[in-house]
Amino acid sequence: MLDLKGYGPALAEGAVVTIELAFFSLALSLTLGLLGASAKLSGSRVLTGVATAYTTLIRGVPDLVMMLLFYYGGQVAVNALSDYLWETREIDFFFQFDPFISGVVTIGLIFGAYMTETFRGAFLAVEKGQIEAARAYGFSTWHTFRRVMVPQMLRHALPGIGNNWQVLLKTTALVSIIGLTDMVRVAEEAAKAERMPFHFFIPVAAVYLALTAGSELFIKWLDKRANVGVVRGN
Amino acid sequence: MPDFIAEWLNQNDIFNAMTIMEYWDGLVTTVHLVFLSLVIGLVVAVPLAILRTVKNPFVSGPIWLYTYLFRGTPLLIQLYIIYYGVAQIPGIQDTFWWEIFKEPLYPALLAFPLNTAAYTTEIIRGAIISTPNGEIEAAKAYGMNWFLRMRRIILPSAARRAVQAYSNEVIFMLHASAIASVVTIVDLTGAARNIYSRFYAPFEAFIFVALCYMALTFILVFVFRKLENHLLRHQRPVNG
Repeated sequence: MLDLKGYGPALAEGAVVTIELAFFSLALSLTLGLLGASAKLSGSRVLTGVATAYTTLIRGVPDLVMMLLFYYGGQVAVNALSDYLWETREIDFFFQFDPFISGVVTIGLIFGAYMTETFRGAFLAVEKGQIEAARAYGFSTWHTFRRVMVPQMLRHALPGIGNNWQVLLKTTALVSIIGLTDMVRVAEEAAKAERMPFHFFIPVAAVYLALTAGSELFIKWLDKRANVGVVRGN
Repeated sequence: MPDFIAEWLNQNDIFNAMTIMEYWDGLVTTVHLVFLSLVIGLVVAVPLAILRTVKNPFVSGPIWLYTYLFRGTPLLIQLYIIYYGVAQIPGIQDTFWWEIFKEPLYPALLAFPLNTAAYTTEIIRGAIISTPNGEIEAAKAYGMNWFLRMRRIILPSAARRAVQAYSNEVIFMLHASAIASVVTIVDLTGAARNIYSRFYAPFEAFIFVALCYMALTFILVFVFRKLENHLLRHQRPVNG
């Protein structure tokens, strides 16, 4: 049996932190992706410009650099805001910018940009006639979006969302660098203290592998369900 | 150096000649590391991709396992395993390998190519198996043997289909190389972290490197677009 030298519970807690981080980031990135795709397809030049700037900027910068910027810069910004509020309005406002929040914000922002592209492509794949039919039935814009566009778009977006999720899951390992006690961090400390790197990193790698493999199966299942009734041509 | 830049540098605490040199050295390290990783990765990936398409499961199976393991786990953990792991191999500290591997650059130069080779193998394999059957039949009809077919028909045709996905992988590698700073390599990100901790100036330190990475990314995008145009020039519309 695998002897984790008493680090077992800490590693398990770390794994839970990793999974929480991944899910919160996914939620944020899906929200940003929907907003970004809607902005890109809105036809408004300002909104399209903002969304394009967002996706271009994000894709040019490494995730780690962005994380360091948000983590260290975020605290400096909060401190400055706190000083300003106290001096001008005597409002006592302060919070510690912790690694978890920085991680969720950074990963959410990065994958929001990738989700934007995924959703944009998926919205464009919805047949125009469907939207026209919805309008003909007197659906409002919001109603058309919610009842016609989104359900049909999801089928096209699912493979893209799946790919992004797989990459996102692996990106969560980076948050250990800014000090979040996720499983990578625990494993690193244990490996250094016990001088047994293989002993601690390989189980963590196996957890990641299990998560990615499990997600792959789940996405396949979802994809099958979402495509029920779709006749594929050859 | 133009006067206004010299003047601006004189008035600036953070961007003085010394820190600019630090960033420059970091840039050189990043480019060096990424370029070597990509070249080694590609050289390893091409034969692996060919073998991965072989029907014999004893040949393709281990390669599938390798790509699955390296694509299913974070690069950071692969780097940690190699960086902390090599020192623990019994007796390595008495051999000449230790002279090489005690420098943090070399564990990174093992982890990065292994990682990028796994992704590249799958990209090239995808391109190889989607070669139109007619092309292969035609090559066979001309009496080409397997080797000649691979060299003259399948690989050039696959390269065209792989180039776009590969350009994404190259940019991914550039961005992933930032984690080299975690094992004390002073690459671009490492330089920014040093300068951040010296001046406690996160915005200056990190936004500046973010811009450097962005510039590198756009150069790569431009080069690959040119390459793609070159490789796919036969598909250009006649009056386009």
